Amino acid sequence: MSLKLTEPLQRTVDSLTENFTDKIIEVYQSSGDTFIRIETGSLKEICTHLKNELHYVYLSDIFGIDRYTSDERFEVVYNLLSLRDRTRIFLKVRCEEENPELDSVTEIWPAASWNEREVYDMFGVRFNNHPDLRRIFLPEDFEYFPLRKEFPLLGIPGSIELPGTTPNTD
Amino acid sequence: MKLTDIQSKVHSTFFKEHQKKLYQSLEDKHTTIEELDDGDPLTTKMILNMGPQHPATHGVLRLVLQLDGETIEKNKLDIGYLHRGVEKIAENKTYQEFMPYTDRMDYLSPYSNNVALCTAVEKIASVEVPERAHYIRMIGCELARISSHLLWLGTMVMDAGAISFFIWTFKEREKIYDVMDRIGGHRFTISHARIGGVANDLTDEATASIKEFVNTFPNELRDYHKLLDRNRIFIDRNEAVGVLETGNALAIGATGPVLRACGFALDIRKLFPYARYNEVEFDIPTRLEGDNLARYYVRMEEMSESIRIIKQCLEKLPKGHIRTDNAKLAYPSKDEVYYSMEGMIHDFMMTDTGICPPDGAECYHAIESPKGELGYYIQSDGTGHPWRLKINAPSFTNLQVLENMLDGEMVADTVVIIGGIDPVLGEADK
Repeated sequence: MSLKLTEPLQRTVDSLTENFTDKIIEVYQSSGDTFIRIETGSLKEICTHLKNELHYVYLSDIFGIDRYTSDERFEVVYNLLSLRDRTRIFLKVRCEEENPELDSVTEIWPAASWNEREVYDMFGVRFNNHPDLRRIFLPEDFEYFPLRKEFPLLGIPGSIELPGTTPNTD
Repeated sequence: MKLTDIQSKVHSTFFKEHQKKLYQSLEDKHTTIEELDDGDPLTTKMILNMGPQHPATHGVLRLVLQLDGETIEKNKLDIGYLHRGVEKIAENKTYQEFMPYTDRMDYLSPYSNNVALCTAVEKIASVEVPERAHYIRMIGCELARISSHLLWLGTMVMDAGAISFFIWTFKEREKIYDVMDRIGGHRFTISHARIGGVANDLTDEATASIKEFVNTFPNELRDYHKLLDRNRIFIDRNEAVGVLETGNALAIGATGPVLRACGFALDIRKLFPYARYNEVEFDIPTRLEGDNLARYYVRMEEMSESIRIIKQCLEKLPKGHIRTDNAKLAYPSKDEVYYSMEGMIHDFMMTDTGICPPDGAECYHAIESPKGELGYYIQSDGTGHPWRLKINAPSFTNLQVLENMLDGEMVADTVVIIGGIDPVLGEADK
C-alpha cells in the first residue's frame, strides 16, 4: 500500500528510517492515521529521538491491544502529538504472551506514568523502571487482567471481595 | 511517617494488599529529595484520607495526603471506584449499541461523548455525514460545553465558599436541559447523535428555544462576571493556588482548559478541525498564570465563545438530510421503516449487525470535549463489534496533573484545586 503522507509526516518517517533503519518494522496508514511499528528493544531510543529531534513533545495516550495470536500477543500503542508540525503519529511495539515486559517511557514523557499503569492493569504488561507500577482501576488484590480476550464479560465470581449483604452487628 | 506506623493504626477490612501498596507508594514518593525524617517530635505530621465519599471531591475520588501541619507534603490519588469496564463492554456491543454507554462516561456533557464516538466510527467506516447534521452536532456540543462549564462554575464557587451561586448556575443548566429535551427528547443522557448523522431534525420549537437561550445567556454570564471578577474572597481563594508551571504542563500531559490556562492554545477544534469548526469563527481563550483563577477566566471566556459558535451555526444551518441516505451505513428514517418492507429489513439489519468497518482497519479520532481532548481509538476485525475500543479520557489525564500539582499546597485549598481541574470520575474510571 502506498503511503499518502503530508510533508511534516514524511520528514518524521524519513528521519526515523535514516537513523533507525533496521529498527523500523513497518510504516502504514489506516483511515488517515499513520502507524509506525518498531522493534521492542529500541523503544526508548526512538522515543528520545522523536521527542528531542522531531518535536513530539506531547504524549496523548498509551494503550494496549490484545491481538490474541500465539506469537507477539500484546501490542502497546503510543499516541504522540507534535504541536509544531500539527501531526499525530502512533508508535507500536509488540511483546510476547509469556511475561510481557517493556521499557517505561516515564523519563521521556512524565505523562506516561498513569497510562502505563492502565496498560499494566488491563493487560498485565509490565514496564521496567516505572516509578510506581501499581494497578490503577482495580485493587491490587485482584489477580486477573480484564481486557485480555480470555477474561469473561461477566467477570469471575468471587474474584473481588465485596461487603456482606447483612449488617455487621459487632 | 513510616508504613509500619500507618499499618498499626489502619485496620482495613477490604483489599488489604491494595491499601498496603497505596500507603507504600505514598511513602516512596520523593524519597530521593526528602531529608531524613527527624522523628517528628511535635507530631505535626499526619496522613489524611479524603474521599472517596467526600462531597467536595466531585465524585468518588480518593486522595491520600501526607500533611505537615496544614501543608501537603506529598499525596497519592486512588481512582477506580467507578470502574465499570466500558472498554470491555464495547467489545461485545455493536457501535450504535455502545453509544448510550458513552453518555454515562462524562455525564456532564453527554452530547460531546456521543459525537466523539460517532465521528470515530464514521472515520473508520468512511461514512459521509450531511452538512445539516454537522451543524446540529456542533450546536449540541457547544450547549453541552456550556452546561458542563456551568456545573464546574457553580461547584467551584461553592467550594470557595459561596453557596447561593450554585443555584444560579443550575437555573441556567435547567434551561439547557429543557433545550436538550426539545432537541432529542431527553434531558440528561440525550444520545441524540447517530452514526451517519443525528436521530431527528431540529423542530421549530427546538430552534426557538436555542435562540432564546443564546439571547438571554450572555446577560447571565455578564452577571457572573460582575459578581466574581472583582470579588475579594473569590480572588484570594483562587489566585496563585494550584499553579501549574508552563514548562511542566505539556510534559505531564495536561489537556483542555487546564493546559490553556498555562499559555498553550491547544484546542482540537483548531488543530484538527472536525465537523464544520473550520467554517465558524471563534477564538481560543488562553492565560499565562496557570493558577486556578486563570482556569476560571479561560472557562468563562470559552462559554461566550460557545455562544458565538451557536449563533453562527444557527445562521448557517443548511437545509437537507440529517442522516446519510445509505441503508448499509446508517439507520433509515422512520418514515421508511414504517411504510416500506426494505426500510424495515434495513432497520433490523442495522440493529442486529450494525455497521461493519473493513477488517484490520484502525483509526483514532479526537474531539475537544469540555474537559479536553476526548479521543476514541477503534480497531476493527470486520464484524459489527470493535476488536478494541480505547477511550482517551481527558479527566483521567488531568487527574494525573492533579497528583503532581497538589504537593506543597495547603490542605484547605485541595477542594478548590480539585474544583479547578474539573474531573468527572465516570470518565476517568471508565
